Amino acid sequence: MRHTISILVENKFGVLSRISGLFSGRGYNIESLSVGETIDPNVSVMTIVTSGDDWIVEQINKQLNKLIDVIKVVDMTELDHVEREMVMIKVSPRQEDKAEVLRIADIFRGRIVDSSPKTYTIEVTGEEKKIEAFVELLRPMGIKEFVRTGKIAIAREGIKKP
Amino acid sequence: MKMTGSEILLESLKKEGVKHLFGYPGGVVLNIFDLLHDEKELQLILTRHEQGAVHSADGYARATGKVGVALVTSGPGATNTVTGIATAAMDSIPMVVITGQVPTMLIGNDAFQEADIVGITRPCTKYNFLVKNVSDLALTIKEAFHIASTGRPGPVLIDLPKDVTTSKAEFHWPDQVKIRSYNPTYEGNKYMITQAAHMIAKAKKPLIIAGGGVISSDASKELREFAETTGVPVTMTMMGLGGFPGSHKLSLGMLGMHGTYFANKAVQDSDLLIAIGMRFDDRVTGKIDAFAPNAKIIHIDIDPTSIRKNVRVDLPIVGDVKRVLTVMNKVIHEEVKDPWAEVRKAWTKQIDVWKKEHPMDYDRDADVIKPQYVIEKINELTKGDAIIATEVGQNQMWAAQFYKYDKPRTWLSSGGLGTMGYGLPAAIGAQLAFPNKLVIDIAGDGSIQMNIQELATAVINKLPVKVAILNNRFLGMVRQWQELFFQERYSHTKLHDTVPDFVKIAEAYSAVGLRATKKSEVVPVLKEAFAIKRPVFMDFVIDWTEKVYPMVPAGAAIDQMLFREEDVKKPEKKLKAVK
Repeated sequence: MRHTISILVENKFGVLSRISGLFSGRGYNIESLSVGETIDPNVSVMTIVTSGDDWIVEQINKQLNKLIDVIKVVDMTELDHVEREMVMIKVSPRQEDKAEVLRIADIFRGRIVDSSPKTYTIEVTGEEKKIEAFVELLRPMGIKEFVRTGKIAIAREGIKKP
Repeated sequence: MKMTGSEILLESLKKEGVKHLFGYPGGVVLNIFDLLHDEKELQLILTRHEQGAVHSADGYARATGKVGVALVTSGPGATNTVTGIATAAMDSIPMVVITGQVPTMLIGNDAFQEADIVGITRPCTKYNFLVKNVSDLALTIKEAFHIASTGRPGPVLIDLPKDVTTSKAEFHWPDQVKIRSYNPTYEGNKYMITQAAHMIAKAKKPLIIAGGGVISSDASKELREFAETTGVPVTMTMMGLGGFPGSHKLSLGMLGMHGTYFANKAVQDSDLLIAIGMRFDDRVTGKIDAFAPNAKIIHIDIDPTSIRKNVRVDLPIVGDVKRVLTVMNKVIHEEVKDPWAEVRKAWTKQIDVWKKEHPMDYDRDADVIKPQYVIEKINELTKGDAIIATEVGQNQMWAAQFYKYDKPRTWLSSGGLGTMGYGLPAAIGAQLAFPNKLVIDIAGDGSIQMNIQELATAVINKLPVKVAILNNRFLGMVRQWQELFFQERYSHTKLHDTVPDFVKIAEAYSAVGLRATKKSEVVPVLKEAFAIKRPVFMDFVIDWTEKVYPMVPAGAAIDQMLFREEDVKKPEKKLKAVK
């Protein structure tokens, strides 16, 4: 099963390599990884998507917790949470497909972030499936390049019923 | 007052109570070595190789329980420490290794003698630091010693660029250190401990497996009280030897691949395993699916990652072994009444039967020198009161099987990594810590040649270590496997023509060399060596055909043991072995 793990770490050099080294050294898989500072510049948050059975995921959580620079590990999969990733796609459609590209971008609430006589670059944010669907729809239009951020996740705040 | 980085380093080491460090000089650490020239409180022991320095610091740490310290230069000096660091990491040994580094402005430029040692050692240290600013140095050293010696101990590396050793800063020694992301759990959960006590009370065939954690948390006394109150027999992992007295009536000796028959049988037949400070290494469990099929498992360990890593656990207790056992003993005295001994009678009787079926034995009537005989005689002559270091291989296993370790910190051996060349430098470290104790390295002719140059360190520092070489002219353990599983095709394990004259080597280093080629010479050689107050090589020319038995073939269940040649030749045994 896939797990999205959010890791709060000290914002120091070498920490990313400690985390990725832990995964490679123990043979765990990283499907995606994204890192960024939090509101506290001394702390970064990493979101790692990995997969494995309960046994492996338990070990991943424990091993991450054991690293000296790791402040907190949360397996988002066990919580109600919101996930997003972003993609930027550069397409170079034929003249007759240009309108269709813009229509698809609109349906997916994409934004055109750059255009040239031959290309459009479109930014889309959303859950993984939405991104995949978007990419699939554009594939026949001539994708020139595309980049994805990897997933980020945040827990939903519970709402107390009145 | 402002001090240079080199002065801050030495001052900080003194504040940490360091008396000895092991090392080797080089270009970028010259400023530190210059200060060491006139230093009175800190003694640097010059080894002949950086690997020797780190193993010596490791042996010092295992024998004393203090943090071992090594100081080396950048580049090759630093990379030569990697094997020693990995050895300490696998066996959870507290150690601080200080490596020199090229000046900060040259880092990353492929400068002369530059190596990214922080990157290289990241997977084999508990933590490592690159100090970029001299004002961070004192705190870094304090944190390094704190991390190395607390929680599950381990090696910490500090990489120190040359300009940091020469630039100046105010020296502030922090009173304490607080790392927000590092908070080991020491106290075991009281509810879990009570549950465990009740499980033990109910069990009919319980067994304690004691590991190296018993020794690192200084819990031998508590373990003994626990075992004696409950009447539960104790088997030890190789790292746990000495954690419980080997000559105690409840001791079953070592378990696992070369463990005793009765320990392995007891594990497989038990209904409750109480695993204390051990991590279910594959050399202990054998085939995992077949391990202790009827037993519930209670696992006490300070490191949560060790729990449920290899085997299922029914009751985990995360905490320091000493503290958990202290509470456990109290609970047992207070809450659990005494059904113990009566219920266990059948169990201890059964174990006695197994003990009689296959005691630890070898051909005692042989004319040639049997290695086990040498170890037994060492045990007799020292009355078990020596510190034994070993190399790795057959010598290590015979030393584990035939010497009775009654006290903790008297057995120094590379368990997890299995590092050949560990024993001699480790013995040097232990001898430095205990100048009046008898320290013996039990070695093979292959292993001793991996760090043989450290004999010079022993001679020059007047450290009278004794090295008992069990010389079979082979890389014995590998040969044993070739014999059992590779149809006696001795590919590259024969050292026959190239084994040096160890007596002459000893003499060349101004040490003493002795040799025994007949059984009758063993005791006189040992006696003579033990009486000499100088380093001695004892070359015991042993029966080269001797193998380590019992043996569980890799991949087999731990009670599927081979005892003698005849077992190996039985077709059904051979089949199991090859699987």
